[in-house]
Amino acid sequence: MSGPADPSGPDSRHLAARDLVLIRGRRPVLDGIDLALRPGEITVILGPNGAGKSTLIAALSGVLAPTRGEVWLDGQRLSELERRARARRIALLPQHTDIAWPITARSLVELGRIPHQGAFGLSAADRTAVDRALLAAGVTELAERPVADLSGGERARVLIARALAGAADWLLADEPLTGLDPGHALDALALFRTEAARGAGVVLTLHDLDLAARTADRIVVLAQGRLQADGPPAAALTPALLHRVYGVTAEVTVTDGRVRIDIRGRAEAGA
Amino acid sequence: MTRLEAKLLAALGLLAVASLWAGPVPTPLSVLAHPDDPRFIILTQLRLPRVLLAILVGGAMGLSGATLQGYSRNALADPGVLGVSSMASAGAVIALYFGLTAHATPWALPVSAALGAALGGGLLMALAGWSESATTFILAGVLLNTLGGAATALALSLAPGPWAQAEIVNWLMGSLTDRSLDEVRLAAPFIVAGCGLLLATGRSLDALTLGDAAAAGLGVSLPRLRMLLIVAVALSAGASVAVSGVIGFVGLITPHLLRPHVGARPSALLVPSLIGGALLLLAADTAVRLVPTPAELKLGVAMAVVGAPFFLWVLVRGGVQGRWSRQA
Repeated sequence: MSGPADPSGPDSRHLAARDLVLIRGRRPVLDGIDLALRPGEITVILGPNGAGKSTLIAALSGVLAPTRGEVWLDGQRLSELERRARARRIALLPQHTDIAWPITARSLVELGRIPHQGAFGLSAADRTAVDRALLAAGVTELAERPVADLSGGERARVLIARALAGAADWLLADEPLTGLDPGHALDALALFRTEAARGAGVVLTLHDLDLAARTADRIVVLAQGRLQADGPPAAALTPALLHRVYGVTAEVTVTDGRVRIDIRGRAEAGA
Repeated sequence: MTRLEAKLLAALGLLAVASLWAGPVPTPLSVLAHPDDPRFIILTQLRLPRVLLAILVGGAMGLSGATLQGYSRNALADPGVLGVSSMASAGAVIALYFGLTAHATPWALPVSAALGAALGGGLLMALAGWSESATTFILAGVLLNTLGGAATALALSLAPGPWAQAEIVNWLMGSLTDRSLDEVRLAAPFIVAGCGLLLATGRSLDALTLGDAAAAGLGVSLPRLRMLLIVAVALSAGASVAVSGVIGFVGLITPHLLRPHVGARPSALLVPSLIGGALLLLAADTAVRLVPTPAELKLGVAMAVVGAPFFLWVLVRGGVQGRWSRQA
């Protein structure tokens, strides 16, 4: 592999995209993304439908190879990392996970240990990690039930437990709150906060602006495959940006560091 | 080894001994120590090859079915449904048509069947491998079944004479009758190699339970898994078809019967399906051999007669697990 070294220096601990371009068909889904994510933070990726959020998550996790540019993990090219080693470092929780077989919740969470597993099945360490993940996601009591019998919210929490089971340094989750009621959504966000507090880098895509604003350390706004804003919630989520990106009028208030977003309505054309 | 596997293996052992013994002339295993005994010939030349082939072919079919179901996340997949057997059969029929088996080498039949199966597997993956949709997968199978059937029919209609036609038809019906240890020697290396590769896919298939993206996120290389499956199914299904003709439903039914006992995890299903498929086909072959019918019932026909209603029952009962049940 040739090309320039990681511009941020080889020792920096981060997950970074450099001039990331991903073309699908003829359309650039990602069009020159430069982004350096830090561990110990929750970064929320926002953007309208079709902005390229899922594609960015997939590219950052290494499962989707970019057309141009490179993703760097701690100063190393992600594409040069062995697949299983990469999976041990970065856990990916894709959107709309459709579970093919009626396995138990525990079996599902055990799948998260696949990158760690030796040739002879689960080790004691694997089982401990699975128990810990079940406990953290609050689904220990569901462990022996078939996932097909769980409610949407319970299933979403079991899937989060699966992503936690790998104890990766990075947790990338695409729309992890889909199907969760407000209470469970807050529980899930608290879980992501705990992960960040233990030093993991957490990257989420969300649709709910208000939840994003109250959760994120950092907001990245994407539209048409390009970065529109990048910064702490109060700096990134301005009324002008929301108007430009989403076509809505909104009031943004900051009280005691807490950002509230009140969407007033659809912006008038040309307004 | 799990308790289920141990039980299945014990049952298979018992059935094998019983099948070797049973028949118009009972032949206890002790005959093996007396080569001058006329029953020695019956045991080693007639019954042993048949039992061995039933175990090899049944095991290969059961394991191929379990693997393909895991890969396609679809409980309706097996080499027969997905058209791989049909393509293998077309490959074999073309070899028979050109008389390659008589004039060239005995390896021509398994090799051309394996090539047919590999072509079928490759086409299947090319048509449906990139798709998340179970429907695409099944439609690709329908297409391959049609293609294989057409190639077979063409060879049949062009066959140089009634004798060649009869040979092809007879072979098509699927049977283990009158096979010798030569056929075992021919098929065994292919089947064992194919099954070995298939058994190595377990963890990747487990990861696929969560879909392509999550599996890739867990470090599974989908292109590599696909390649491995094509080669492995071509070897095991191709060689099976080459020695036995098309015997359907074993690959479909076996994982279905066993899934409730192993907790539905694809990897946990592989070894039980291997042993279970062998058990099922050996039981069926022993039955067609012993049931008094004017002419011996063809094994492929018998499996279809039993398998088709079972398949229907599975569909009607709604017991089909996997994406088929949720995505049309």
